[in-house]
Amino acid sequence: MSVTEQLSNTNPAERSSARGPWPGLRLPKRLAWVRKLPATAVIGSIVILFWLICAMTVTWWGLPDPLAMVARRLQAPSLAHWLGTDALGRDVLARTLHGAASSIPIAVGVVAVSVFIGSTLGALAGYFGGWIDGLVMRSADITLSFPPILLAMTIAAALGPGLTNASIAMVVVWWPIYARLMRAQVLEVREREHVEAAVAGGAGRLRVLIVHIMPLCWTPTLVNATMDFGQVVLLAASLSFIGLGAVPPSPEWGAMISEGATKFYNWWIAFGPGMAILTVVVSCSFIGDGLRDVFDSRES
Amino acid sequence: MDATASPSPLLDIRDLHASFRGPKGYSEAVRGVDLTLEAGKVLGIVGESGSGKSVTMMALLQLLPATSRITGSARFKGRELIGMPHEDIRRIRGKQIGVVFQDPLTAFNPVITIGEQIAEAIELHDSSISHRAALSEAEHLLDMVAIPQPGSRIRQYAHEFSGGMRQRAMIAMAIANRPALLIADEPTTALDVTVQAQILDLMQELRETLGIGLVLITHDLGVVAGSADEIAVMYGGRIVERGTADDLFRERRHPYTRGLLDAIPKMVDMPESLTPIEGTPPSIWARPTGCSFHPRCRFATERCRHEDPMLRMVGATYSACHHAEDLPAIAGPASAASQTREFTETGL
Amino acid sequence: MLRYLLRRILVIPFLLLGVASVAFLLSQITKGDPLSALIPERMMSNEAVVEAIKTQWGLDRSLPERYVIYMTRLVQGDLGTSFTTRRPVLTDIAERLPATLELVIAAMIFGCSSGFGLGMIAARFKNTAADISARSFALLGSSLPIFWSGLILLYIFSVKLGWVPGTGRLDARSIAPETVTGFFTIDAILAGNMPALLEALGHLVLPAFVLGWSVTGIITRLIRSSMLDALNQDYVRTARAKGAPEHIVLLRHAFRNALIPTLTIMGFTFAYLITGAVLTEAIFSWPGIGSYAVSAARSLDYPAIVGVTLVGAVAFLLANLLTDVAYAFANPRIKIAG
Repeated sequence: MSVTEQLSNTNPAERSSARGPWPGLRLPKRLAWVRKLPATAVIGSIVILFWLICAMTVTWWGLPDPLAMVARRLQAPSLAHWLGTDALGRDVLARTLHGAASSIPIAVGVVAVSVFIGSTLGALAGYFGGWIDGLVMRSADITLSFPPILLAMTIAAALGPGLTNASIAMVVVWWPIYARLMRAQVLEVREREHVEAAVAGGAGRLRVLIVHIMPLCWTPTLVNATMDFGQVVLLAASLSFIGLGAVPPSPEWGAMISEGATKFYNWWIAFGPGMAILTVVVSCSFIGDGLRDVFDSRES
Repeated sequence: MDATASPSPLLDIRDLHASFRGPKGYSEAVRGVDLTLEAGKVLGIVGESGSGKSVTMMALLQLLPATSRITGSARFKGRELIGMPHEDIRRIRGKQIGVVFQDPLTAFNPVITIGEQIAEAIELHDSSISHRAALSEAEHLLDMVAIPQPGSRIRQYAHEFSGGMRQRAMIAMAIANRPALLIADEPTTALDVTVQAQILDLMQELRETLGIGLVLITHDLGVVAGSADEIAVMYGGRIVERGTADDLFRERRHPYTRGLLDAIPKMVDMPESLTPIEGTPPSIWARPTGCSFHPRCRFATERCRHEDPMLRMVGATYSACHHAEDLPAIAGPASAASQTREFTETGL
Repeated sequence: MLRYLLRRILVIPFLLLGVASVAFLLSQITKGDPLSALIPERMMSNEAVVEAIKTQWGLDRSLPERYVIYMTRLVQGDLGTSFTTRRPVLTDIAERLPATLELVIAAMIFGCSSGFGLGMIAARFKNTAADISARSFALLGSSLPIFWSGLILLYIFSVKLGWVPGTGRLDARSIAPETVTGFFTIDAILAGNMPALLEALGHLVLPAFVLGWSVTGIITRLIRSSMLDALNQDYVRTARAKGAPEHIVLLRHAFRNALIPTLTIMGFTFAYLITGAVLTEAIFSWPGIGSYAVSAARSLDYPAIVGVTLVGAVAFLLANLLTDVAYAFANPRIKIAG
């Protein structure tokens, strides 16, 4: 590479400083890639970690009961109630934090199941080709022809309200993306030499797929899944907002914002859950971007 | 500046330095280069990648990254280019100095037709010309560089041309405004050998017709063998040997020049194997001490490791080697070189 | 180019069939009883109605027969009758479509122009404050839940500052301009009715901004990265060597190349917009098909919601097709080679 090329080269590693923001930190060799994460990704991870912990442990935090009336209704934020109270006198902050216990596990579940189903189908389609490929890909194409929210709404409506049904609807909407991603990766990896070697060595087809191909196919899926986590939270909240997801009095974020929409002048009711969703989505974006940077710089 | 009064050179570069910012501060890619070019003549600059040959020329037109630092003097038709305000340089680019780049496929914009791009070169420097006139001039230019059916070609895109034709189109674009100086940066590297000769001939022809001064940058000595009046060999950001083509090929008073010549396959006198120059050229961030060629040089001595040789007149050429005087004796006669020269002149 | 387009077009009928089949399937699983998808609860006790519907939709026949009947009715434009409005769903949708289109187009105009502008600024002034601000604005656009940002902005700009009027397409007691297109803005212009135009625009501004903001998010990021890629290419150096001033390099050379990958996501952007439109219309009481879908979902009006979903899918397929056409024209490699 000529000097001029060297210098005008803006490869993705340039997006984050090559040494990351922690030059002094000592890390075991396996975790060395963490250094390359940009600061935004680290902040994002901390935030998500907070929400995960919150979702799992909030009931022991000694907060006011999110379902009970604890003070006068519709009070503006004050020292006693940092985010004020809602139409039924419940503490908004407590409800927001408890909302994580509804929203986060749902998102985890939906993403996990979608990734599992989608990746499996995509891998089978990519590896075996033929009618399996045709069937899986056509189904994926058809599903992706629907605007996601409308499809989710329709399925959720058909199945009935409730977070479980909403989750099923979301999985149906989401799996095709992962099917496509995995299929594309499998198609590429299966041409590689070590696969040929394994087949020549007598490995069965399924074994080749699982042991030799799939371990190399995870990168795009991983990046996508982290970003999707935020999107799923968003979609779940949207469904609840419409009335198809969480059932009152559950403190789910979307449902809370819906309530806030009716009590328009009491802006604080919607503020808490809105900010919660925002922080989750932004953090996931940062983590996804950071992971992509790390994987890009590894490959180049 | 009246060119008839005293024949001042078209291009006069003195002590040019160009440095780039890297992870550990600035490092020089060009370390004190002196070159001159008379109007209508051909100057060949030869060197491997990293030698600084392209950077030298790009520095003239301020086409280097913004973080680069350029010092020294480069006078074009008497005007100082280094430090010239951006607006003035812009007027010289494409109008008085044309550039032909290495890979015409990437050097042309893939989504704009060739005709439009050539017309643009004209319109940028002539606001009064109509678009249609510019396009017809583009067609005329394509004809000048021997591209058949120029009328339909101007409506095509770069990927529809063959490699050789693309490079011709690039040349057409570079001379569109009849510049006084044409810089060709590795114009034949991306092309087949047979096409190379055609392109070089084309450039020579245009030079003679239009009286353009030509700077030919290449890593291949064979390319400049037949065409250049003067040749400068660069290594490690410096000129290591300079002289007229005849003198350089005959005397070869630098180990690097010899290495380059030895590395050319000779049809006439088939050796068992080619002799490449061992090692790789240094990056600008990690240059050897003393003479930058010493790690790869067969004749290196202790002095070479510590002292960077100056460019000085030795025999008929300028050479930057401590042992320049002794080289012909140590390394052997010049006959192999003149044989090479004959071959490259007639064979290509 | 024709070959490329033909391949794309030929898939569409198949996809439409698939989409319609999915709609059929959904109608079969509704509450476990296909009848629920066609008759509201309150009418279930009415024997005459139940019988009529059963014959009409072939509910007493086998599954394949039901499928055929469903498809035939679909092709004729029969999407069922809404439980709430008691009118054919297609009529409801046709009536409300212009409102949504007006909103979506306005949002697209805002989103694309701001996206292109901010993306180019971010690329040109990479890593400066301008770049970071542009990208932050874009990030917020993609991350803010629309139904929340809509609320907040409505509160700030309508209630607190009074800069924009409230919800709905027009003020409470206004009458719409004479309907030609159904687009209040265009109709007002056609009728020469300036006050009406201003009123319609005033109501359009905030929802279009909120909806368009999500588009800005996607486009800014994409333009920025494509521009950065383009600015690294050799042809940019050639343009500079020809003496082109920086604005020509950016706009004529870099941007035209950056545009190509951006076009490919336009279809996807449309999906985003439909999603956003549903929620935006709900917040701003915008009488389009989005709010129709929301109220249908809330009241479990199955024909309506399936109908909207079908229409949405068709619109989506069309948008993707248009994107492919635009891409074929913009990319000379496809244009020439096919």
